[in-house]
Amino acid sequence: MFESIDMSLVDWSRGQFALTAMFHWIFVPLTLGLSFIVAFMHTIYVRTGDEEWKRITKFWMKLFGINFAIGVSTGIILEFEFGTNWSNYSWFVGDIFGAPLAIEGILAFFLESTFVAIMFFGWNKVSKRFHLTASWLTAFGANLSAIWILVANAWMQHPVGTVFNPDAARNEMTNFWDVIFSDVAVNKFLHTVTSSFLLASVFVIGISAWFLLRKREVLFAKRSTVIASMFGVIAAIATIATGDTSARIVARKQPIKFAAMEALYEGQTHAPLVAIGAMRTDTTKLPNPREDFIFKIEIPNALSYMVFLTPSGFIPGITDLVYGNTEQGYMSYEEKIERGAVAIQTLKELKKAKERGDEATYSALREKFSDPVWLDEYYKHFGYGYYKGRELKELIPNVKLSFYSFHVMVILGGHFLIFSLIVLWLSLKNRWGNHKWLLWVALITLPMPWISSQAGWVLAELGRQPWVVYELMPTITAVTRLKPGAVQLTFWIFLATFTVLFIAEIKIMVTQIKKGPGGK
Amino acid sequence: MIGKVFRFYYNGFRSMTWGRKLWRIILIKLFIMFAVLRLFFFPDLLKRDFSSDEERGNYVLEQLTNP
Ligand code: HEM
Repeated sequence: MFESIDMSLVDWSRGQFALTAMFHWIFVPLTLGLSFIVAFMHTIYVRTGDEEWKRITKFWMKLFGINFAIGVSTGIILEFEFGTNWSNYSWFVGDIFGAPLAIEGILAFFLESTFVAIMFFGWNKVSKRFHLTASWLTAFGANLSAIWILVANAWMQHPVGTVFNPDAARNEMTNFWDVIFSDVAVNKFLHTVTSSFLLASVFVIGISAWFLLRKREVLFAKRSTVIASMFGVIAAIATIATGDTSARIVARKQPIKFAAMEALYEGQTHAPLVAIGAMRTDTTKLPNPREDFIFKIEIPNALSYMVFLTPSGFIPGITDLVYGNTEQGYMSYEEKIERGAVAIQTLKELKKAKERGDEATYSALREKFSDPVWLDEYYKHFGYGYYKGRELKELIPNVKLSFYSFHVMVILGGHFLIFSLIVLWLSLKNRWGNHKWLLWVALITLPMPWISSQAGWVLAELGRQPWVVYELMPTITAVTRLKPGAVQLTFWIFLATFTVLFIAEIKIMVTQIKKGPGGK
Repeated sequence: MIGKVFRFYYNGFRSMTWGRKLWRIILIKLFIMFAVLRLFFFPDLLKRDFSSDEERGNYVLEQLTNP
């Protein structure tokens, strides 16, 4: 199947989507996190009546505003792309991306455009309490508006709470709560939000460090740092805890992504965790997997322990998953491909029977799509059917990218925790700012949470390949058959527009930062 | 009440200093997104090419079963 698809179309469509999503993700986490830090600072001002806290709140609110204005609605471009470049996919996912996303979008728009305006224009115009409420509602509104898109993404990683309607070729929601409260969805939301708080904390600490280095606005910078480092410590602990749960969930729900992010080819009990490693560039993948590292430092038993809380837990490697391991209960991909092909054939026959008006055959086939045993035996592997006659290695995500993105995220996560603990400790002792080199570390650390946050998405999305909807819809089926040239053109248009916007963001931010909290 | 809300926004926008530049960016961005990209480059293909959900379903079914 799929001999005819132009892979450059798939690559350009993916590249375009990745570009848009990653650009969008520059702004979102800062909006999510900074909104809460601002609301917190605003609360201190209202409680104490101290004018310095007002200046502090106003300054960070201003940076929040710049980021919000430039980032707002860049996410809508992703929806355009669903409709044009991923039309099969957007039809197939049905309810999940439809109404709830639209309702949320409209709600968030009204909530935010009301409260953001009150937050900015409300100084001395509305009561202090109402003004403060607007700041908090802006923060909650921003974070709430991230829920459904993350739920939808979680559903793509682990489709639950829906049933496939073979007549309409789409998934229909059968249980809203199963969709929204699946462990993947809940944890994804928590990991995303907490890591965004962490990102914003590091941002505030970094910019404050710049003021301290220049010996400007020292009280402002120190107070900002105390708040941000408190946020930072809590957020770093929460990010690591939710990240750890994420990894455990991935191990159970998407074992091949888990094997890829640890570059584990041969499954084992007492599996070690690679703490640091560098992979060879000349990897030979299947069918002869071999040791892939130039060097690595391992923590013995840690991987088995992380997933099963016991060292004797068996972690399947890529080979076990692809070729099957009957002893451990893993079905081979060959078998899954056969079963998936049966499911696709059944769908095809159902369509034909309907067109012929052959009621009896149609009813018999239609029944299968509501028979739990058939669904579990065949439909569950639907997507694999498209790989009949193709190479098995196409079913393995990019191991190097998965490995590095995971390890970069985790190593930086450790750095953020230690860093915020040191900053908080020194701030509370009123010694933050005494060591110039530490201020430099803060400044250098500033962009790093963006790297880990983007790495997190790279892992989540590239580690899911070749699927857009896990094991049901491969990326190659999801894409619209357009001319690759048309997709290339929009790719370059986006790249140009985004570059201009990004430069504008940085320029306006830097100008306002330089003006400091006193500037107009 | 409506007058009060209007004045709140009106005065808010009028007394803006650095915010003006941001509004300009927002408006240009929205214009490019909706009036250029959406109109000329990103039509909702299934909506444009088919008039009913049934036709859309059939088309996607065709794609899924005859890739
Ligand atoms: C330090 C320990 C960390 C661990 C163990 C961890 C673990 C994970 C895992 C396993 C995923 C993939 C989830 C999936 O595929 O469904 C993920 C995704 C992600 N991570 Fe982390 N992470 C850590 C730190 C961080 C840090 C420091 C940040 C950013 C500041 C971050 C941001 C993200 C983001 C944005 C995603 C994508 C959304 C998601 O799938 O949850 N992570 N993380």
